[in-house]
Amino acid sequence: MNETRELSLDDIESLAVGAWILGTGGGGSPYLGLLNMRQLYASGHRVRLISPASLDATDTIAVVSNQGAPLVGQERLTDSRTTARAVALMEEITGVQFQAIMSLEIGGGNAIQPLMAAAHLDRPVVDADCMGRAYPEAQMTSFAVGNLKPYPLTSIDPRGVESVVYKVPTWKWMERVSRKICTEYGSVAATCKAPRSGAEIKRWAIPYTTTKAIEIGSAVRNAQQLHHDPIEAILRVEPGKRLYSGKVTDVERRTTEGFLRGQVTLEGLDDSQGILMQISFQNEWIVAWQDGTPRVTSPDLICVLNTDSGEAIGTETIRYGQRVSVIALPPPEVFLSARGLELVGPSAFGYDIPYTSVFAP
Amino acid sequence: MRRIGIDVGGTNTDAVLIDNGEVLRAVKAPTSEDVTGGIIAALWALRAVPAGQGDVDSVMIGTTHFVNAIVQRRSLSPVGALRIGDPVSGSLMPFCDWPGDLAQIARGGVWSVGGGHEYDGRPILPLDEDAVRQAAIEMRDQGLTAIAIASIFSPIDADHEQRAAIIVTDEIPDAVITLSSDLGRIGLLERENVALLNAALSGLAVQTINAFEAALHQGGINAPLYITQNDGTVVEAATAIRFPVYSFASGATNSMRGAAYLSSIDNAIVVDVGGTTTDVGQLVSGFPRESNTVVEIGGVRTLFRMPELLSFGLGGGSHICLDPLRVGPLSVGYQLIHDGLIFGGNQLTATDIAVARGLLDLGNAELLRSINADTQSAVLAECERLLEEAIDRVKTRAGDTPLIAVGGGAFLVPDQLRGVSDLHRVIHGDCANAVGAAIAQVSGEVDQIFRDLSRTEAIEQATRLATLRALEAGAAEDTLTTIETEDMPLSYLPGNSLRVRVRRVGDVAGS
Repeated sequence: MNETRELSLDDIESLAVGAWILGTGGGGSPYLGLLNMRQLYASGHRVRLISPASLDATDTIAVVSNQGAPLVGQERLTDSRTTARAVALMEEITGVQFQAIMSLEIGGGNAIQPLMAAAHLDRPVVDADCMGRAYPEAQMTSFAVGNLKPYPLTSIDPRGVESVVYKVPTWKWMERVSRKICTEYGSVAATCKAPRSGAEIKRWAIPYTTTKAIEIGSAVRNAQQLHHDPIEAILRVEPGKRLYSGKVTDVERRTTEGFLRGQVTLEGLDDSQGILMQISFQNEWIVAWQDGTPRVTSPDLICVLNTDSGEAIGTETIRYGQRVSVIALPPPEVFLSARGLELVGPSAFGYDIPYTSVFAP
Repeated sequence: MRRIGIDVGGTNTDAVLIDNGEVLRAVKAPTSEDVTGGIIAALWALRAVPAGQGDVDSVMIGTTHFVNAIVQRRSLSPVGALRIGDPVSGSLMPFCDWPGDLAQIARGGVWSVGGGHEYDGRPILPLDEDAVRQAAIEMRDQGLTAIAIASIFSPIDADHEQRAAIIVTDEIPDAVITLSSDLGRIGLLERENVALLNAALSGLAVQTINAFEAALHQGGINAPLYITQNDGTVVEAATAIRFPVYSFASGATNSMRGAAYLSSIDNAIVVDVGGTTTDVGQLVSGFPRESNTVVEIGGVRTLFRMPELLSFGLGGGSHICLDPLRVGPLSVGYQLIHDGLIFGGNQLTATDIAVARGLLDLGNAELLRSINADTQSAVLAECERLLEEAIDRVKTRAGDTPLIAVGGGAFLVPDQLRGVSDLHRVIHGDCANAVGAAIAQVSGEVDQIFRDLSRTEAIEQATRLATLRALEAGAAEDTLTTIETEDMPLSYLPGNSLRVRVRRVGDVAGS
């Protein structure tokens, strides 16, 4: 692995496609972030990607994400300067100087957030995140598994409203308080999470997920160009499993406690003929049931893809009649511990079923 | 009640005369370069028989003229774009995701001012009226008169867009202003794109609709003119001049409406097989189901009132390749009468196969002796497979559905199809588009987020608003019916937020 490399715009186009797939149904579309990056690259900005292995233990790294409702983002758009301001504010209040910037979640739009901040602040981006996908809540991270300090947090609204959550006892509290601030802003906020040391990143971050997203996206885009099977192309670069191909026959959605919950029902086609699959979601795909019994559960990644294009289909946009392929990707190891499964296993989403990896031998 | 329906397509101008719901006469004329010539020719042909003469109550015209102008990048006005959303939406300005060649033509200038709303109707910032005035002065100095205004969450509260329009008109009295809230749905860039396209077409809209009026006059018709819309309804010509984007898909929509009318079936799938492409759509309560997703027009992402259509390359002129077997997407199009085998040409087409099979009597079947029965069966089976796949994709529910086949290439649709309960072919099916225009009604639509209301209350409130809008559009109140209700809970928004879409339609009042 190269320690440092400059990302090309083509890499970022691929990152947007791959991140949407790793979003496992949620995380919001990376489209607006991608538009921002096209503009930043057109005006001469460039972003470097560095390996987490290259960090010094004493380096300090900013972890960024956009918080809020994807629908609000579709109206208020994503201003590339806002995330940069969240990082700058964190430097002001803590007095640290960040050596690099990293994504909280590689799944969905937040994969692009650190690139925007990095372009404005001229810092490199660390090739890692702390979810390996998208998850709906702040405590569903590898840093929470490691019991790292959850505070402080900066939260920015571009009207000049800047908030700091100075101290909280737990990650769950951070989720509650920061969510309230975000709601007051209009349900969208650019945030910089608690600063992390190089040592913490090396021990607890999920490494090389930016590269992973770029590779997945690049495989899909190449397959599209050559009219090859894009699903097959993903499985050539990722040790995943093709689970199912079928079409959507029912979608049921409801919002409870601010989350989009529901279930889609699929009817099998091709090799899956005669098999029924249902996938339950809470913003992201959480459990896939085959003929009524759990086949895959979080933390295994469940990706629902457009069979023809290979691009991801989100829980907000999936609808009747779509031809989809379902694949599973292996979970980050950090979530396989007892503490990890407590935070992101099926029980964390209210399913009283044990976690058995679809990748278990 | 006598009405004339006209569909101005890229190749043909179709016209029908309907009296008390009955199609009296249907004619075709080639579309002329100036649009009016084809209409005048069609009107003369309609009125060439005694039954076609006498007064008519109204004329409905559907046209693909505006969407073609976007796709071909011609006759567009440079647009002054005013974004209300500073500093929130700051880095992504109007035209930011347009194809370069189109932006080059349409981008007159871009201005961004403070204002906009939250999803719950709170202002993000008060509207910066001084900045709006300054922008208007700069637009005036640059000679821009086609203006598009888009504000954050304007479908929830259009106040900032409306106030900005008053200020712009104050500085530029002859400005033609498009407000995004009059057109689009939630999704700022996509809605703004619709407003920008609309503004870019404002000059052409005046010119075209005036030409339609002149053509009617020259054709000896003295009746109000209505223009058909993407949703299968019509608006008065004066309104249509303001919203040319609403006619983008009216050709396909009119075919579907005409199919519903001619077959008396309100819930079905419609396949419209033309010379080059087949459009497949779903009729729900007699209207095409609307698209909920982004539709690209000339490379621009839009989100507004458009029918959900699946188009693929199958038509009467489709090239047939035998090894390996392939039908379409290439087509001889209107050159069929020169290039098809039955006309002595060299290109094997879907029409040739149909003639060889005896499905159709056209040209010289003697020229098809080399095409044996196995080949015919294989090609028709491929057409069947393409149609079945498309029909299944368009369905919203499992189970068999009725199917209506219209268009000049409808002979390619077999009597038995998987997923189809019964197939309907209709008289005048090749002019279904003009029939759809002739029978069009008017509508009102709402797409809005409601908070802290029960689902029933939210839908009731949306229905009241939709009724008001339909009445404004000229509907007769006692004929109004709801043809679409859809609701979607929103994640991460507090207070039980529900997005509700309701559409009501009724007959044109006083006709």
